[in-house]
Amino acid sequence: MKPMRAADSLDTSTNRAPALILARGLSKTYITASGEVTALKSLDFGEFVSVIGQSGCGKSTLLKVLAGLLPCTTGSVELGGKPLRGPTPEAAVVFQSPVLLPWRTLVDNVLLPIEFRKLPTASYRQSAADLLAMVGLTDFAQRYPFELSGGMQQRAALVRALVQDPRLLLMDEPFGALDAMTREQMNLELLRIWSQSRKTVIFITHSIAEAIFLSDRVIAMTARPGTIADVITIDLPRLRALSSINTERFGRYAAKLRSLLDAQGGMF
Amino acid sequence: MMVQAVDSRSVDSGAQAREPRPGVLRRYPQFTISPTILVALLVAWWLATDVLNTPGYIVPPPQDVLRAAVGGLSRSPWDKAGYWYHAAITVWEAVLGFAIGSALGACLGLVLSHWPILGKSWYPYIVGFQSLPKVALAPLMVVWFGFGLEGKVFITAIITFFPVLVNMMAGYQAVEPERIELARSCNASELDLLTKIIIPSCLPFLFAGLGVASVLSILGAVVGEFVGASAGLGMLLMQYNQAMEISPMFAVILLLAVLGFLTNYAVGLVERRYCFWAQRANAMARTDWDRP
Repeated sequence: MKPMRAADSLDTSTNRAPALILARGLSKTYITASGEVTALKSLDFGEFVSVIGQSGCGKSTLLKVLAGLLPCTTGSVELGGKPLRGPTPEAAVVFQSPVLLPWRTLVDNVLLPIEFRKLPTASYRQSAADLLAMVGLTDFAQRYPFELSGGMQQRAALVRALVQDPRLLLMDEPFGALDAMTREQMNLELLRIWSQSRKTVIFITHSIAEAIFLSDRVIAMTARPGTIADVITIDLPRLRALSSINTERFGRYAAKLRSLLDAQGGMF
Repeated sequence: MMVQAVDSRSVDSGAQAREPRPGVLRRYPQFTISPTILVALLVAWWLATDVLNTPGYIVPPPQDVLRAAVGGLSRSPWDKAGYWYHAAITVWEAVLGFAIGSALGACLGLVLSHWPILGKSWYPYIVGFQSLPKVALAPLMVVWFGFGLEGKVFITAIITFFPVLVNMMAGYQAVEPERIELARSCNASELDLLTKIIIPSCLPFLFAGLGVASVLSILGAVVGEFVGASAGLGMLLMQYNQAMEISPMFAVILLLAVLGFLTNYAVGLVERRYCFWAQRANAMARTDWDRP
């Protein structure tokens, strides 16, 4: 199969940087009692995306493959032009739940990836403090996770991913467990952080509004086997505010995505 | 909604404070209600012996037991007729056995969980050995180790081993997979994964097992002394039993209960030091009316 780069074929805006992450003919098959299930099939895409699809369509599997946590059955993933073999410091993962270790203070949780990678924690303390300040958690650096609200915990998890200064941020429905109001705040915050650090983000979600609000492009996935239904370029001005959700153009994107996902016959 | 709640309450109970401070009973039941229960039990005991006129060789009245206890405890720790000497020996056997048994249980639990092939192949034997009544091994200890310390330590170690092993394995199973995934996504070494994620995650379960084992450790030492010993509270108990001295027997039994309570309390103190995060998180998750 001829590899297709979504960046080349679907993005009409000119002069995009070469793809940071590239997945060719990717598939992941789980051996289960009921036989083989193809969770992913032939995903090709370029460098900046948000992925939306029904639950069970393989979004999380895709993310784990891209993070090097799961081997793919066929196909290949390239990160920065090099084939991906296992987890790498270039890509950091933000999970569905904050996954903060309750016996560590916030700052020690943030420095955990540094410890795991055998890097000198002392030289990362300043950047950890800066990042915690950026998300407004300076006063909580020495607190334990159970003293924080869910939104604060997820912000700390984001800081933990950013402290390694990765080129790619892989986010697996990071705000799915938060209430609607906190979720909107976190979306705004993520945009603010993203505009400061300009990381490449792959953002998994099942919220249409969240996908449109955050992304440059949205990949809509079909369910079982998961494959790309369409890639939609979101041409909304950057520095988005929550009010942009109410614009007509936003509504058109939402209708388009909804019809794409409804075409799968799933419940939405 | 809040206002409504306050209104209905003030209608119900007149001039109630807005959020009444829970009473001293609710805040410190262990210092108020628990001693009251003790007094009630003692009174019931006294009534049972005094009013029903139970013979002293079946249930001695509490004042006789108290007299025996004071007599036994007022002697010096080196006096073999006093309780301190024998209690120290029993506690020493229990502590040694507990340390050995629970250390082995925790390590083996970790090893068997971390390498599933070992866990699966050993599992039937573990279940088999666990369903064996360990107390039945006690007479064998006399054959193997004689009347000395080793036999009691051995039986205590065997008895404390299982609750710790089982809890450690349950703890390992309960480690959130996301924590392991997080470590793997950061290229954590196997050692870091064990020491920084898995073992700390298991601690609440481990301490649950240690709590059970701490109480069982006294049991193990006493059973070991029953079958043959030259000293210890279990041996003392057998001596009093043969002499039909029921009051001191009760005193020794109560002393054993106190020792069991204290060892369990000691484990609780260590747990509060190293596992504060699990307890705090649990306490925070509980509803307001459960706690102040």
